[in-house]
Amino acid sequence: MTATSETWSYNFAYLDEQTKRMIRRAILKAIAIPGYQVPFASREMPMPYGWGTGGVQVTASILGPDDVLKVIDQGSDDTTNAVAIRGFFEKTAGVATTTATEEASVIQTRHRIPETPLSETQVLVYQVPIPEPMRYLEPREAETRKMHALQEYGLMHVKLYEDIARHGHIATTYAYPVKVSGRYVMDPSPTPKFDNPKMDNSPALQLFGAGREKRIYAVPPFTQVTSLDFEDHPFAVQTFEEPCALCAAEGVFLDEVVLDDRGGRMFVCSDTNHCEERRAAGHRGRLSGDPTKTEDASQGERP
Amino acid sequence: MNLPVFDDGAPLLRASGVTRYYGTRIGCTDVSFELWPGEVLAVVGESGSGKTTLLNCLSTRLVPTSGVVEYRMRDGAMRDLFQLNEAERRLLMRTDWGFVHQNPADGLRMTVSAGANVGERLMAVGARNYGAIRGEAESWLDKVEIDTGRIDDDPRGFSGGMRQRLQIARNLVTGPRLIFMDEPTGGLDVSVQARLLDLLRQLVGEFGLSAVVVTHDLAVARLLSHRMIVMRGGNVIETGLTDQVLDDPRAPYTQLLVSSILQV
Ligand SMILES: Nc1ncnc2c1ncn2[C@@H]1O[C@H](COP(=O)(O)OP(=O)(O)O)[C@@H](O)[C@H]1O
Ligand SMILES: [Mg+2]
Repeated sequence: MTATSETWSYNFAYLDEQTKRMIRRAILKAIAIPGYQVPFASREMPMPYGWGTGGVQVTASILGPDDVLKVIDQGSDDTTNAVAIRGFFEKTAGVATTTATEEASVIQTRHRIPETPLSETQVLVYQVPIPEPMRYLEPREAETRKMHALQEYGLMHVKLYEDIARHGHIATTYAYPVKVSGRYVMDPSPTPKFDNPKMDNSPALQLFGAGREKRIYAVPPFTQVTSLDFEDHPFAVQTFEEPCALCAAEGVFLDEVVLDDRGGRMFVCSDTNHCEERRAAGHRGRLSGDPTKTEDASQGERP
Repeated sequence: MNLPVFDDGAPLLRASGVTRYYGTRIGCTDVSFELWPGEVLAVVGESGSGKTTLLNCLSTRLVPTSGVVEYRMRDGAMRDLFQLNEAERRLLMRTDWGFVHQNPADGLRMTVSAGANVGERLMAVGARNYGAIRGEAESWLDKVEIDTGRIDDDPRGFSGGMRQRLQIARNLVTGPRLIFMDEPTGGLDVSVQARLLDLLRQLVGEFGLSAVVVTHDLAVARLLSHRMIVMRGGNVIETGLTDQVLDDPRAPYTQLLVSSILQV
């Protein structure tokens, strides 16, 4: 192997093989105990915590030369974070990358699950900031570990109770707690609760990496994932009043985009790839011509 | 207090030779007694006499250096508490027992609402109907004389007496059979103490609770307990029916305690 480019100054996918083996062992354990947080010796990565170092380590450990990688951040392939991580693996592993969900074999994500249904040949890697769902009410790590071990999950419902007492409904919309395979309560990372049902019985393997907190957990393919709730306040996903303004998709997660300083706004797909594919297939939304134009031309004043 | 008609079966709790050292320092030594269903036992003595150490050993919060603590489970079986596995022990603590701390902040979740504080144990044992949990919390707030309009307020805004009453409600909501209390009136003003004692007395009677109450205040023992244990330097000095011990103390130390404190 000749050192013709800087690519070769790294081991494949940056981490050394020893480290990858250690992380793979943690991943295998996590798969064997769905929803259980497995400690691992998280490494320094050439990016700050909060940039998905946990997810990056998991991705680096499972990536092979033939994999096709997609990286999304808040549903978008184009944010600084997504572009940086994609670039990192292009450079250190030389793998092919894509923005098309169906083409990817490994998808690293922050905050979203793609709208396009995943398949058995795909792995979804989540970047997790805080893996412990009970941290909010019980800061002691030794105590939360014991609560998991003994399945003492009353505290999770205390949190949901507080939501209803304060807001009249369960106001938790992100990181909405789930129970995996009827056993471990898990924080699905800061994904919107809209995506919780996609985790349930998913054909794809789901891996979660928390770098700063040094934890890996997993949901194996075709595993039951149930969102916690009360009988009289059942779990429900967010609904949106209008379809995507660009591609007219319904039943997808939409982001609000502010168009001007006078309250002009639109709702568009958070999953940019999904939206682009729909538009390429001819779907047209209310504002698909030019997103900065509103229906009322007089409001579309430009600087 | 009138003696209740005790169950003629077995005692609820039995301590045999319970001893706890902190290194070489004595916490409590060789404490033995039986507690019967519906009975309230007071453990009295000056500060440092080993009351809290004993209470913590009985409630499995502390492992005794030697001795045995047994408890009659709901199925009637007498079990050595330190032979239970951790899951069984924690379940017992959350359901069949209560523990009232002197400082309510140690027994409450200060950042969640009064309703959730009371409802937590219900949710811990599987209650999943918000309306029913809230209804139960309301009824318990009412029982401990907290305005139900405060159900969504957290205890940080409550007075000391209210916090203590909330702690009691939080403990009683699962219908426990045994309550441990460590100086339950300790930090409160005298007038507030009287009201709390009254409430405790009434709840203990109404629900037929058994209790072990640690107090340095003989008046609390007089009002609440059927029987008492007098401790000093980790040893049991005297034990007997509360009225007997207080009206006719045998041990010179108890005589001193009674004459110096009860007169106040
Ligand atoms: N954690 C501890 N470490 C060392 N000594 C302790 C500890 N807790 C209590 N003790 C000692 O044990 C004795 C009994 O204390 P304690 O049970 O707290 O008495 P009481 O509750 O009657 O005031 C005292 O001499 C006390 O200093
Ligand atoms: Mg004490």
